[in-house]
Parts: sequence; C-alpha cells; structure tokens
Amino acid sequence: MIVRKESIPPGPSGEAPSETFVLNLGPQHPAAHGVLRVLMTMDGEWITKAEPVIGYIHRMHEKMGENRTWAQFLPNTSRIDYLSAMHYTHAFVGAVERAAKIEVPPRAEYVRVITSELNRIASHMVWWGAMLADLGGLTPFLYAFDDRELILDLLEGICGARLTYCYYRFGGLCNDIDDDFVQGTRAFVKHMPPRLKMYRDLVTDNIILRKRLTGIGPISAEMCRKYGATGPVIRGSGVAYDVRKIEPYSVYPQFDFKIPTYPECDSMARYLVRMDEMEQSLRIIEQALDQLPAGPVMGKVPRVLKLPPGDYCYAVEAARGRFMVRIVSDGKDTPYRVKLRTPSFSNLSLYEEASKGMILPDALAMMGSLDLVIPDIDR
Amino acid sequence: MKPSIEQLTEAFSCLAGPVPAEVTAPSWPVAVYTVDANLKGYHFDAAVSPAQVVTAAEILDRFGFGLDAVTGVDWIAQNEMEVVYDYFHPEINLRVVVRTRVPRASPELPTISPVFPGANWHERETHDFFGIRFLGHPNLTPFLLPEDADFHPLRKDYQP
Repeated sequence: MIVRKESIPPGPSGEAPSETFVLNLGPQHPAAHGVLRVLMTMDGEWITKAEPVIGYIHRMHEKMGENRTWAQFLPNTSRIDYLSAMHYTHAFVGAVERAAKIEVPPRAEYVRVITSELNRIASHMVWWGAMLADLGGLTPFLYAFDDRELILDLLEGICGARLTYCYYRFGGLCNDIDDDFVQGTRAFVKHMPPRLKMYRDLVTDNIILRKRLTGIGPISAEMCRKYGATGPVIRGSGVAYDVRKIEPYSVYPQFDFKIPTYPECDSMARYLVRMDEMEQSLRIIEQALDQLPAGPVMGKVPRVLKLPPGDYCYAVEAARGRFMVRIVSDGKDTPYRVKLRTPSFSNLSLYEEASKGMILPDALAMMGSLDLVIPDIDR
Repeated sequence: MKPSIEQLTEAFSCLAGPVPAEVTAPSWPVAVYTVDANLKGYHFDAAVSPAQVVTAAEILDRFGFGLDAVTGVDWIAQNEMEVVYDYFHPEINLRVVVRTRVPRASPELPTISPVFPGANWHERETHDFFGIRFLGHPNLTPFLLPEDADFHPLRKDYQP
C-alpha cells in the first residue's frame, strides 16, 4: 500500500496564518457528473471545506406525485436515477402493492429480480467507465459501454425502452419475457465473466489506479451510519448492509449470493465492492433463470386504485444504495404524499466532512468512488 | 449493537413531556407501537412531542441506528404538519419511524443534526418544501429550490 500523502510536502496549515481561496467546481464540470457544483475553500492544494451546492436539476418529483393518480406516477420513477430505473420502479410498485395488498405472481417477481440485476450491472458499468474517465483513463469507458449495450438491447427487447424502462406495473409486469430474452440473458451471463477478468487484469490491478485509490478518501462505518450512506459506500467500510439480505424483499431470499465487503474504507474498497457485486448479480441472474416459474405476469388489480389511508414504506437495494419510497394515502385515487429517499443524496451529504484536508485530485477520485447521479440527488 | 423491539419500547417509554396545547394529536405524550412490517414496511412507530425528537434520535443513535430520511406531511385539515424521521439499522431488519406534529401557524422544532449530521441536508430540504423551521440548524438556507425562493411547494395550500 502506498501512502501518497507523505510524498507531498506538508501544507502551510498550522505553520503560519495562511490565505485561503474559494474554488468553484461546476455546475458544468466534466468531473461533476452532471450539474453538481462544489464550492471548495482551498488552502493551497488542500481542501479546508468543500460544500456541495445542489438543486440545479431539481424537478420536484414529490409534488408531481401529488397531482396525478398512483399509476400515472410510474413513469416518474424511471427518471429519478436514470441509471438504475428498474430498482426505483420496483420500490414504488412495491409500496403500492403492500398498501393495496396486491398479490404478485411468482413469475413476475423472478423477472423483476432478473431485470433489476441486469440493470445493476449496467449501472455499475457506467460508474466504472465514468470514474476511470475522471481519473484520466478514457479507454475503459468504451469497454464498459460496449458491454452495457448488450444489457440495454436485452431490456429494450422486453419493454421498449433503453433507459427509462417503466417495466413493472402494480401486480406484475407490463409485458412477459420471451425466449429471445432468456437466451440472450444466458448468453450474457456466459459472456460477462471473461470480460470482468479482463477488466481486472487491465484496470483493477493497474498500479496507477491502485496508487490513485488506495488509502484515499477514508469513510468510516460510523460516518456512513451518521449520514445514512448505504450501498457500496457502507459496504466499502466493512459493513455488510444490503437491503436484499438484511431487509429481504421480492424473491431475493431464494437465491444464494454474497454481499461483498471490504474493511479498508478507502476509494479502492468501494471500487472493489462494485466490481465484486457485478459477479454476484450474474450469479443471481443465472439462478433466477434456472428457477423461473411459468404462469401469468400480472395479478388481479382493481381498475381504479384507491389505497387504504395510512403510510407505507418499501425499500430496495438500488445500484447506489438503499432507495425507499414512503407513500401517504388519504384514501383517494391520488397520493397524499410521496417521499423518495434516494441513496446519492445521503452518500453525497458526507462529502463535506470526508473531503476535509484532502488534495483536490484525491477529492475528485473519492467523488468518483461515491458513484453520484445528480438527478437522483436533486429529484 | 443489535437491539430488540422490546429494548426499544423500554428505551422510548422514558419519553414523556408536555403536549403543546394547540396540537390535537390523539396519542401524546408518547405512543409507541410495533407494526406488522409486511403491512407497513417498518417495524416500530413512535409518536413523540416536537421537543422530544432529539432525545429519540439520541436513543436510536445509542442503539446503532442510521438516519434514513427526514420529511414532512402537511395535514391541512387538522391545521398541523407532521415531521417524520426514518431510521434503519445496518445489521438487523428493524426499521423505526419517529413522528411528531407541529402547528401549521408556527412550524418549529429542534434540529437533530448534532446527533445525526446527515440530518443537516434532510432538514434543509424539509424546510424548503414545507417551511418547517428546525431551531438550532447551522444553515437553514434554500437547498433544492432556487436561492430566492420564498414559497414552500409541498404545502397543500401552495398555488404556483
């Protein structure tokens, strides 16, 4: 393990009264993944305070939820985190199904798991490419998008959309999967492990990447808990918190899979968690395809959906962590309140504390390892 | 630390305080009940008075809970606003909801950001959307809304 900090001459802080300046990063900056703005108070190369300024693409999905029916809100769920749309739709339909006591046929649940895990791999591929592009390596981005394209083609075949799927419906799915999808997914499950090995040889074991990430951007398990950071961030701090295991939903208890954790707490740990997660997702997909039951993909759903008054929660493990929908119904056919608890929001909220005392390029490497999606933060 | 629901119930039983006269919540000073998680999505529901949210956060912090979200609900018919705190536990399947109600005319309650620093952003967001003021909050400025926003879009009487 190489500690980069020691090779850098010590900063002026502590030695003499120093002068700070404010560096404005974004909102139009390639490393900010969209429209994130960070106001960085710098002491030379060192960050004394990095304050994220968000809200540039705030669309008020929660208000939109209040002025349309339950079903009309479904397309919005794909547009919060556009890289992991399946999970978000899953949480919303799950909350409504829980409230209305709608039974979902087993086949639909299995297909939900298969498509969710495919979506997770696709999302991690974008993170992988984008993070390495942040670090200065543009080639992996092209490899990642090459493989991601296979997933997008598969999902396009069953629901017609490449990004904003809106594939799940209350009580099931909008469309059954066909043989093309099953064969294509099996081929993909075979295709992917050699590719992941190539990624490991080409990038993960690369000494430059290791030097950029190892020991950089430590986030302790305690900090994750206090800020509510979940997903690969908390698992990179050695806590095996995964909603699929800890608070099981759908048919996830049927499958044998591991929750990868790394106790190092640094950017490399978060990187490795995601790389291992893709292998685990492939395992889940394979098992789900083997066990896939026959039958309908839609349960019985009333034509006009009115939920019993009260509040209901449903949490899923999205690609970036715990996503929870909290709905409040007053018995009408439109929601009284839809709260969207998004993982990127909580994961970014610890940035100000975690980036203190880092140098700028390291702070950007850490930001990449958080896997931020700005529409997910701003909603 | 892996708490059980019984331990939580006992810890919460110490919470008791005066109920603001203008609030009509039926179940104060404190009502704690366990709920069927398959039905609701959470296991433990505690209704506390606005002054007690910090104590509730400290209890849950001691038990190792993480802060999930802070949000509001505008109950305009009752002339009240509900503030809801969601907690998750990183080791066990136990989700906790702490809720309180404040009058719509003066929606104020203490901040829990000294206990859970993550609440800082959630409370700023709730202030944006509902105009609920978190007393003692370090930086209660517009967050997701434009910096000159003087409206609160999730209030039920909001007219664009």
